[in-house]
Amino acid sequence: MSSILVYSLTGAALIGIGIYGFVRSAHLLRRLIAFNIVGSGVFLLFGAFARRISGAEADPVPQAIIITGIVVAFAATALGAALAIALEHKRRGASVEEVEGEEGNA
Amino acid sequence: MTHAFDILLCLMILAVSGAAIMGRDLFVSIALFVIYGLLLAIAWVRLDAIDVALAEAAIGAGLSGILLLRGLSEVRDSTAKRALRAPLTILLGTSVAAAVGWAVSDLVERELGLQQRVGEHLAASGVANPVTAVLLNFRGWDTLLESIVLLAALAGVWAVSPGRGALGRPHVHRHLAGEDVLSTFGRFLAPLGFVVGAYVVWTGSSAPGGAFQAGTVLAAVWLLTMMAKLSSPPAISDLRLRTALIIGPLLFLAVGSTGLLAGAFFSFPAPHAGVMIVAIELVLAVSIAATLAMLVLGTPRSAP
Repeated sequence: MSSILVYSLTGAALIGIGIYGFVRSAHLLRRLIAFNIVGSGVFLLFGAFARRISGAEADPVPQAIIITGIVVAFAATALGAALAIALEHKRRGASVEEVEGEEGNA
Repeated sequence: MTHAFDILLCLMILAVSGAAIMGRDLFVSIALFVIYGLLLAIAWVRLDAIDVALAEAAIGAGLSGILLLRGLSEVRDSTAKRALRAPLTILLGTSVAAAVGWAVSDLVERELGLQQRVGEHLAASGVANPVTAVLLNFRGWDTLLESIVLLAALAGVWAVSPGRGALGRPHVHRHLAGEDVLSTFGRFLAPLGFVVGAYVVWTGSSAPGGAFQAGTVLAAVWLLTMMAKLSSPPAISDLRLRTALIIGPLLFLAVGSTGLLAGAFFSFPAPHAGVMIVAIELVLAVSIAATLAMLVLGTPRSAP
């Protein structure tokens, strides 16, 4: 049983590490990394619960919910990254890009 | 003995995630984040959650890594810190971690959970993999909404295009010209990856796998062909692209609605459940692949 405790405590520690990174960094991409670490810490915590009774099979419902969570966290990260890039383009003065034209694929 | 492996693995996970947070070079942080994702996948295997391990390795480590690297190529790095001082932040992080850890250490070893209930109904669900049964049958509604969330995120990514890019193509940065390792690799890996993806979605009904994991593999294959200049990113106004994006959730919703005739919304009648679930998963995998790939490609900036 104590291996489950190890993973639960690791999940808790990851939440703390992620919160530190999220609160400290000003850079948007670093904050996305921190957000993902918090998220995966929560998932690890939850996943450890699914394995609580040793000898029996793991509980599939938390596992399914975690898979959903991983996908949604990725969607949020993708949106966050797009917003961060858009913000950077706006800061730099997007007109430069639009005049020169992006090197698109033919 | 096995505890030693788990303890070591968790120490590595903590060390790598800590290094990713503290790293001064953003590229190094992203690389460490990908490694962290892979270590986490091993942890999932240790927790008997193979489907989750596949999803974590593919989406959490792989696709998120590519996404962040794309972001790095466009956003200047900076190590600027926010207003809250380091000691206070460490206190905040530590206290949250300690509170959660304390709550959790008390919780371990309780009642059985839902394994039995799922096991009892597994035969009627149409599939043999309990996680797939939960995802596509017992909690099918949640999975449908999850696919729609992906589409909503994509709509958000497209919504921030500047004026002329509004219906354009996202582009793929390519720094090397002509034939090179990436082109050869792309030609070689793409068909293999396609077969792997098709297999993963097919085998998801009886072994670890499923639509999301397969969709990610297929998305990676498509991205690889685009990076190898074997195909070009579609314009977001492309009708075929938009059909591919919505056909999965649409089919899922349609099939779930026919369940109304059988008694309940999103019920799959037992004799046909297996076929319905596999059909849904195959089409859903295509939609997920398209959505994930377009999410990674990002905002279109130039006119089509």
